[in-house]
Amino acid sequence: MTDPSTAAPAAPRLGAPAPDFEAETTHGRLRLSDFLGSYVILFSHPADFTPVCTTEFLAFAEIAPQLKQRGVELIGLSIDSVYAHIAWVKNIKEKFGVDIPFPVIADLNKEVATRYGMMMPGESKTETSRCVFIIDDKGMLRAMIYYPLTTGRNMLEILRVIDALKTTDQHGVGTPANWQPGDPVIMPAPRTVEDADARKGQKLDYVDWYFAKKKL
Amino acid sequence: MACINPDGTLSVVAHRVLSALTRPLAPEALAQEAGVPLYRVRGTLRETGAAGLIEQVEGGYLLTDKGREVLELAEVEA
Repeated sequence: MTDPSTAAPAAPRLGAPAPDFEAETTHGRLRLSDFLGSYVILFSHPADFTPVCTTEFLAFAEIAPQLKQRGVELIGLSIDSVYAHIAWVKNIKEKFGVDIPFPVIADLNKEVATRYGMMMPGESKTETSRCVFIIDDKGMLRAMIYYPLTTGRNMLEILRVIDALKTTDQHGVGTPANWQPGDPVIMPAPRTVEDADARKGQKLDYVDWYFAKKKL
Repeated sequence: MACINPDGTLSVVAHRVLSALTRPLAPEALAQEAGVPLYRVRGTLRETGAAGLIEQVEGGYLLTDKGREVLELAEVEA
């Protein structure tokens, strides 16, 4: 039986407040709550000075201006020291000519990694896997993406999820599979018999009472 | 503290933020004035507040006497 005092904390849950933390970063000591008012993408990578992680940092830096336009800040994390982080971002600038504009958490005691369920012992006991947590401007956890050590993440999908969540925030709609900005959105299904009956007469792209789309 | 070096001098960003506090400013306005992201301003205000370099006043934050001394010292050494 697992000893509760040594059991890992429960993983964060979608639709709940993202666990706050205070951590040393390449931009000084920061708390998650310092970012309230902006969306945040908190993402972990296994280790500094490794090749797949470097491609991801280059890719995140490339989309950082587009994220800023959308009111989204980035925070990186790995179980490396702040000195390793500083050396690595300077190396990225030297070798690739790219500035890394976002803070990177030096989570040497694994406190944030543990609280967020970033460790996958089946992959590594000392490195975080490639996790992405999308946190909204009120501090609520809205989406999570988990990738293995071997596989770099897709920035277009991360941008797409941000756009989908903000569309939902603004219009109270859902977004269908493979949705791209400008595509029709999903109307939430009616929750009463009368509203289900009324659905057909509304100006929607109607298939059935539970399945209707519209163009925004 | 990342904002204050072991020798008591300010980090580059802390210097920029504190230099912008020529009048009481709320964090959002200070971020605009200093050209520093809001999250970084909040972190800097927390650390420099704990060190007694700034204080909360009506309308936002202001330098304390100690804060002005540290800033003037930085300018002399520059």
